[in-house]
Amino acid sequence: MPAIFTPPKIDPRDKLGEGDNGSGRRPPTDKRTGGGGEGDNWNDRPAGSRGPRERIAQSRIGLGFGLGGIFMFFVAMVSAFFATKGNGHFDAHGEWVYAWMPTAVPRILGLNTLILLLSSATAEMARRSMFREQDIMDEWIGLGRPTSRRAAIWLSATLLLGLGFLAGQWVAWHELAAQNIFFRSNPSSHFFYLITVAHAVHLFVGLSALVGALVGLRASRQFATRQVLVDTTVWYWHAMGALWILLFILLEFCQ
Amino acid sequence: MKLTHHRSIGIAYLSVSATALVTGVLLSLLMRLHLAWPDWPLPLHGPVLPEEYLGLVTLHGTLMLFFVLTVAPLWGFGNLILPAQIGSPTGMTFPRLNAAAFWTTAAALILLLASPFVPGGSAISGWTAYPPLSALASSGPGQSAGMDLWLGSIALFAVASCMGAVNMLTTIVCLRCDGMAWHRLPLTVWGWFTAALLSVPAFAVLLAALVLLFCDRHLHTGFFLPATLAVNGIVTHNAADGSPLLWLHLFWFFGHPEVYIAILPGMGLTSMVLANFARRRVFAYRVLIAATLLIGFLGILVWGHHMFVAGLNPFAGSVFAISTLAIALPSSAEVLSWIATVWGSRPRLTTPMLFALGFVSLFIAGGLTGPILAQPILDQYLHNTFFVVAHFHLIMAMAGVFGLFMALYYWFPLLRGRMLNETLGRIHFFATLLGAYATFLPMHITGLAGEPRHYAQLTGIPGPGGALLAATMPLQRHITYAALFLAAAQLPFVVNLWITLRRPAISASNPWEATTMEWAPDAFNPAGTDDPQTFVAPCQYSLDGRHFHPQWQPVTQPDQAE
Repeated sequence: MPAIFTPPKIDPRDKLGEGDNGSGRRPPTDKRTGGGGEGDNWNDRPAGSRGPRERIAQSRIGLGFGLGGIFMFFVAMVSAFFATKGNGHFDAHGEWVYAWMPTAVPRILGLNTLILLLSSATAEMARRSMFREQDIMDEWIGLGRPTSRRAAIWLSATLLLGLGFLAGQWVAWHELAAQNIFFRSNPSSHFFYLITVAHAVHLFVGLSALVGALVGLRASRQFATRQVLVDTTVWYWHAMGALWILLFILLEFCQ
Repeated sequence: MKLTHHRSIGIAYLSVSATALVTGVLLSLLMRLHLAWPDWPLPLHGPVLPEEYLGLVTLHGTLMLFFVLTVAPLWGFGNLILPAQIGSPTGMTFPRLNAAAFWTTAAALILLLASPFVPGGSAISGWTAYPPLSALASSGPGQSAGMDLWLGSIALFAVASCMGAVNMLTTIVCLRCDGMAWHRLPLTVWGWFTAALLSVPAFAVLLAALVLLFCDRHLHTGFFLPATLAVNGIVTHNAADGSPLLWLHLFWFFGHPEVYIAILPGMGLTSMVLANFARRRVFAYRVLIAATLLIGFLGILVWGHHMFVAGLNPFAGSVFAISTLAIALPSSAEVLSWIATVWGSRPRLTTPMLFALGFVSLFIAGGLTGPILAQPILDQYLHNTFFVVAHFHLIMAMAGVFGLFMALYYWFPLLRGRMLNETLGRIHFFATLLGAYATFLPMHITGLAGEPRHYAQLTGIPGPGGALLAATMPLQRHITYAALFLAAAQLPFVVNLWITLRRPAISASNPWEATTMEWAPDAFNPAGTDDPQTFVAPCQYSLDGRHFHPQWQPVTQPDQAE
């Protein structure tokens, strides 16, 4: 919570008195801090560079739009899944031919899901550790970088668990292959592989972001930059975890 | 300027578009020449084969729709003008993402332009790439390597568009300057915003469809391939049990929003330019904001009207017909606002204003055939005829190009510090308007006479159908002459650019007496103010039109703020 609320310099309302209906006016809060004192008033800086809050909002909003695109990509895949599942045709003898045979989901996928859930928890610990006021003050007065140290541990744990998930998916693909179920075997196996591989590709992007965040924690001197890196990476990671749960439910129960 | 600077990226996008535009125009002229004189051998090449004609159709459509009508208004002018128009002090939110989007788009264009030179030539499935033919390399020349390059190019384009849209949306949400409330955003920004908002889901779904098509082509799946298939007289039985209809659903879920992505920025700019030269406020400003968003929203609910004759459930056809007719309402609101804004005013008929009026004219002329094609029963006859070609060339292609010329003439003083010559501009406008109507209006008639799309030759076809098509030949020759005239009508513009760029720059700030933020004295000056502020809504003029209140000028008396 910022210490001082400052009303905006320019009234965004076109008609003065708008919203003043006798029951009091809107409080002039627009979530800006007044800054720390002489010459340090973030309000005097141009929009978009008024402190870490704006930077983090930008990266979160950008990520949100990007995740919307990723979500729609999978919505299209899942639509194709259901459309293909419903397909069938009459053969030359007038028999209804239905090609779809459900692919038995390997048991290890349940374990993988647990691992991914756990990794989201560790990622969230890393994210929260970036915002602990006590640690931020410690760094500000020069007592080392406790936030980065703590976040790096949690992020590394997330990285390991994420690698574990991908390894588990690899095992699942091999288990299926051992049962002679390949990508080309059946419409349902097309989708099993497509969906799991597409998710794995997105998770791999998340792993790269984790590595990037770990490097950034060491390399970046700006506290705000480190916060943005970790925060954005972790939100992406959560989104991929949530997406996996939906996809897992689809593969497990909707075939 | 650095390569991550939004204005150099904007210029780079425009040069990508210019390359695609010139190539696309030349390809269309070849098509017209071949249709009018099918026996004429192309110099240095020989006779044009049917598959080569289809290659021309495919390349022309892909280049124009993706690399001209999407890239230039949205990413080109969006990068050049949008940050200044919202008063963003730092440009775009994610400059590196922006640059990555540009380079990916450029790579996509290179892949596409390389496709005619691989064995078999370029893809021949049109810009819609309908399976099953696009899924089978054996279905024709150009369907193997050429089709793969097409797929790769459009996949890159889809990824780039998503990146560009994320950057643009975040910029509009986060980097508006002080006082630039949502209702004070110029309608141009609302056009960009809605188009970018549509780009994210549309291109994501297109990418998924392309992945599935790639699997069908190379990984032995059959998402789009039915169990029994006869191609080129050979009947094949597939293990798969897919359906080409699935591609149509996925593709048009992208494809229809795509045409709004192409036209919405032009519609927004038209509102602003009409108001500026009529010296009137935009009629029903907030209604227009709502109409823009509503067009975007309805635009993702109408894709089925491309599939009336493709085997869609007739009830679904009725639903899509209703949603398509519904989109005529916000579109009419836009048109009525344009007319009301200039009605009874004394507009200054500068070149940008002429192009804005031309945009309105083409939008109406092309739009009136929309509700006709939206009727499933009428579409039974008109589907895949030149009536459709006439419709979308007027409302999307020509209106879109008029939007681009409007933007160029209007913002040229801002971009290069010089005014384009008005006399040459007027000649360019009237010749282009005449050429556009002379080319595309007669296509309605040949379409009604039954001329199908994608036919390489209209002569020498036996039977009564052939006699009907042969009867359109005089009109075909007229269309070809008109198309040549339309292309030649761009010469005054090229001369204008050449002359103007050779003259020394004169920095008259705000020569059009515009009210929006990009014309603020220091908006385009790198060393200028880094903290722009907005005080009023755009398009504030006094009753006699002589005085105006720019958005960057503080309000002196409280009652002036409106």
